[in-house]
Amino acid sequence: MGLAVSIARRAGKRVVSSLPALFGVVIFTFLLMRVLPGDPAIFFASGPNAGQAEIEQIRQQMGLDKPVPQQLLLYLRDIGTGNLGRSMTTGQPVVTDLVSRLPASLELTFVALMLALILALPLGILAALRPNSLIDNIVRMICTLGVCVPTFVSGLLFIFAFYYILGIAPDPTGRIDIFAGQPPTITGFLLIDAAVAGDWDAWRSAARQLILPACTMALFVLAPLARMTRASMLAVLTSDFVRTGEALGLSRRRVVLVYALRNALLPVLTIMGIVFSTMLGANVLVEKVFSWPGVASYALDALLSSDYAPVQGFVLLMATIFVMVNLTVDVLYGLADPRISIE
Amino acid sequence: MIAVLRHTGWVLRGNPVTMVASFGALVLITLAIVGPWIVPYDPTASNVPNALMPPSAAHWFGTDQLGRDVFSRVIAATRLDLAIAASAVSLSFALGAMIGAFCGYTGGRLDRWVGRFVDVLMAFPLFVLAMAMVAALGNRVENIIYATAIINLPFYIRFARAEVNVRRNSGWVEAARASGNSHVRVVMLFLLPNVLPAMAVQISLNLGWAILNAAGLSFLGLGVKPPTPEWGIMVAEGARFITTGKWWLVVFPGAALMTAVLCFNLLGDGLRDILDPRMRT
Amino acid sequence: MTAPLLTIEDLKVTFSTRNGPVEAIKGVSLSLSAGERLGIVGESGSGKSVTAFSVMQLLDRAGKITGGRITFRGQDITNASRGMLQPLRGAAMSMIFQNPRAALNPIRTVGLQIADVLRAHESLSAKEARARALKLLEAVMIRDPEARLDAYPHELSGGMCQRVMIAMAIACEPTLLIADEPTTGLDVTTQKTVMDLLAEITARRGMAMILITHDLGLAAQYCQRVAVMEKGLVVEEAVPATLFGAPTHPYTRRLVAASPTRHSTVESLVVDREAAPPAPARIAPRPGSEPLLAVRNCVKVFDNGFRGVDDVSFSLAPGESLGLVGESGSGKSTLSRIVCRLIDASEGTITFDGEDIGGIPSRDFYRSRFRRDIQIVFQDHGDSLNPRFSAFDAIADPLRLLGGVQDGRELRRQVEDCARRVGLPEEFLDRFPHQLSGGQKARVGIARAIAAKPRLLVLDEPTAALDVSVQAVILHLLDRLRRETGLAYLFVSHDLNVVRMMCERTIVLQKGRIVEEGPSGPLFTAPSSDYARELIAAIPHFDPEAALARQKALATAV
Repeated sequence: MGLAVSIARRAGKRVVSSLPALFGVVIFTFLLMRVLPGDPAIFFASGPNAGQAEIEQIRQQMGLDKPVPQQLLLYLRDIGTGNLGRSMTTGQPVVTDLVSRLPASLELTFVALMLALILALPLGILAALRPNSLIDNIVRMICTLGVCVPTFVSGLLFIFAFYYILGIAPDPTGRIDIFAGQPPTITGFLLIDAAVAGDWDAWRSAARQLILPACTMALFVLAPLARMTRASMLAVLTSDFVRTGEALGLSRRRVVLVYALRNALLPVLTIMGIVFSTMLGANVLVEKVFSWPGVASYALDALLSSDYAPVQGFVLLMATIFVMVNLTVDVLYGLADPRISIE
Repeated sequence: MIAVLRHTGWVLRGNPVTMVASFGALVLITLAIVGPWIVPYDPTASNVPNALMPPSAAHWFGTDQLGRDVFSRVIAATRLDLAIAASAVSLSFALGAMIGAFCGYTGGRLDRWVGRFVDVLMAFPLFVLAMAMVAALGNRVENIIYATAIINLPFYIRFARAEVNVRRNSGWVEAARASGNSHVRVVMLFLLPNVLPAMAVQISLNLGWAILNAAGLSFLGLGVKPPTPEWGIMVAEGARFITTGKWWLVVFPGAALMTAVLCFNLLGDGLRDILDPRMRT
Repeated sequence: MTAPLLTIEDLKVTFSTRNGPVEAIKGVSLSLSAGERLGIVGESGSGKSVTAFSVMQLLDRAGKITGGRITFRGQDITNASRGMLQPLRGAAMSMIFQNPRAALNPIRTVGLQIADVLRAHESLSAKEARARALKLLEAVMIRDPEARLDAYPHELSGGMCQRVMIAMAIACEPTLLIADEPTTGLDVTTQKTVMDLLAEITARRGMAMILITHDLGLAAQYCQRVAVMEKGLVVEEAVPATLFGAPTHPYTRRLVAASPTRHSTVESLVVDREAAPPAPARIAPRPGSEPLLAVRNCVKVFDNGFRGVDDVSFSLAPGESLGLVGESGSGKSTLSRIVCRLIDASEGTITFDGEDIGGIPSRDFYRSRFRRDIQIVFQDHGDSLNPRFSAFDAIADPLRLLGGVQDGRELRRQVEDCARRVGLPEEFLDRFPHQLSGGQKARVGIARAIAAKPRLLVLDEPTAALDVSVQAVILHLLDRLRRETGLAYLFVSHDLNVVRMMCERTIVLQKGRIVEEGPSGPLFTAPSSDYARELIAAIPHFDPEAALARQKALATAV
């Protein structure tokens, strides 16, 4: 299985070469958190009038009295043992918090990505097949406008239109209507859990809550995806091998779908990693607008209250997701493009 | 020079969208300069009895929860938002172009490392890092500028590096070396003039991006502090009232954001056409 | 006489461009009978490819047939609909293209691509199609066809890709095959095998072929009739013997003269020579004199371990012209850049005028006093001129830096002098590269190289990107320059005829090693190495006697 080996080798190489940068990001966050205003030791002390001795003791417990390089080493050792510290705001270990909140963020991101792809690919293809036609101009307009609307504005406008005026959307808070029963947690993805439990009321409720934030996020990445699809499809349609297909009498369907489209999707696949991580970044804004109980809003709250352990944990989580997403993209790319095996 | 102007005129005439965009950008810049002096009300003066009024003849864009005139606030915010974006972009451009051009020209192991590092950073959710930076360093304008500049930096490094890299082995660079040009001369007199037009396009596109980033930070409460008029804060403050139908608090600053980003994006696309030397006859 | 297979009557094609419509074909008429091989020859912009693309209806969106008629097997296919053309394309008429690797779908196996063509025209199961594809790969004589079925195009060489392309084109036994520059970009030995294969297949299967090429020799060698196109018109059409022996149209006459053959000399290439004073005779290098340049045991190992240049030694006398010949990957360009001190060798010494210059790292060579002595002319003249420099700036640059000319008026005078010597009219000096033609750009590149009065000029395929008529003029110019100034040339080329004309001595490189070296005349008439013999045999050429014999053989066969 030369293919599997070459894909694995390539993906492994990419992961290894991305580690220094990710490590840098983690360290950078760690150092930033050291200069956050506020003293965690005072926060953790029993009360506002805790004595100086007690605070000093807590500081020692937390290792805050040691020099920064040593703190960094301790932190790295803790990461190694899976200990990401404790959140001051929730009082829970950061790992627990992240694990319970991650599915919300992932569900939102995945649904949004799927929505964006379902719209962007056909639009990009149609536009490329008929350059300068009406549809092309419409797509171009959507692309131009799409990158200009900030997610926090489009999210609020959605709420205004669908909740306030039309009244068809639910109250924009949380993942599921508080009156609908929460399905038993299996994966944490409400749509999946509800479907597994056969609780269709809960499913509908979750879907209704999800649709607006997902659309907001989808709109945000629709433009770059459609633009990329259009551009790469246009380039492929004028390429020599499409001309060969035409010259040798292949049907239009075959030329467009098998020859052009498959090649055109390769560059789209390569930017998927970047698209996914911009979405992770944009999650912060969308989760805030829709009071979505995801990891990003968790990290934001922690940041605003100078609670550093959750922020560090969040950045570490992002780095891990980043590695996994890029690994997936690399593997998919390896399967889709035979040329990479010779690199 | 005259030929360039004539060519610009020719492109603009054939491309009304770019013309409108340049006009829009001009208006924005003018507003940024004179805005605070021409607004009808003091953008920070509250007038509580007059709070949350919908748009009217007296208050074109309505009033906010403290009774401040939204129109005046939107106009007055132009200066701050553009200034943040412009300073951030110039900062990251200056640094990024230098690092990128240097790496791209020298090549070798350092270049490969920088390239890989930057690639990873590009694909990392840097917005999160910007948030952390502002939170840690404090809610001050210069920190927003630094944070926005830093998250744009990898982009410029990568761009300058790629542009220089494709030209590094081109015949005319080798010819320049054969003609006795020193490396500094090759970079300054040969490579940079050829790379700058493409960079100018990127700067314009990036201005829009930077405006969005800065506004996003403020929206989260990690930026300029209220009551300073700023589009992101205004949207954030209006967000509380959207579920009760007070749309003007979000729509007008949001529209201002959109217009600004749109203008710079379209301008970037137009610049690409103007500066492409192949299109000059 | 049966009705012709294909007739083109008064074809006109117009392209809409930014600067308004441009008529690319201005009334071309051609006809082709079944089994016949017609060559269409012309330089870039002559409309030869556009003509072929019109027949297949493969013009891009901007192009439109605005007049005339194309009839194929009695059927009018001018502006035919897709529904009407699709059954014809691939089945009745096929086409193969230049740059075969790009013409194949990069992410689909070769076998599937052949099967795609078969299944587009016949109802076959996947298994049957695969079996047929295998037969076809055997027919185009690919080594190990079974394994190649599952190969992707990037795993095959350029020549093999073109064979696959041929297999696809002949899969459904079309009656007409159009070959658009099928061997451009391929090495000369590969070119020969591909062309021989095409000729053999079309002859055996009774296919008619249209060969579109810029190479007059290639068309003459493989076609029964040749049409010469210039600026969208067919200016002359005749059998090769007539075309070569007695060309009637002035353009054909110029083209025939400009195409290098095994007997042509630099003088014979140009019919109407520029009115220049007779050039002085070549300065023969004195035997036993100190060499100007000596390269000893030069090795270049690239980062990936590839040995681009492998233990090469040679020397060059003052005023001598040395040819460096080889196919792609032979290391000739690498060697020329090492000599020019643009890149460093991994091992070996380079001495110039008795002094070691190989020891100076290439990155610091711009400061060396020898920088002005060694100059280079590049292959791609478009790429070798800074888009933001006018012709004047380009030529002035080395004058300022290496010639030390600072005074503005003196600079202007010297630049104009250089321009005059390379035949570049003064009014072009203020133009930018994109406003100059290929030949003019070549002249600017040469003027820049000679501006600092070097003693050694490295010429890296200086005419490879040019049309033959322009090539002829540039070669003539280079030869005259050498006689006037006593410059030494290191002339790198893949074109053996050009090297034979331009150089007293020739080195043949293969895979980074010297396989043969000697005076040009004997080397070309009686090569001693197999590789050189193969190279020389592969040059397409027009041989009147052989053509006559072939025609007779054909006549008796019919």
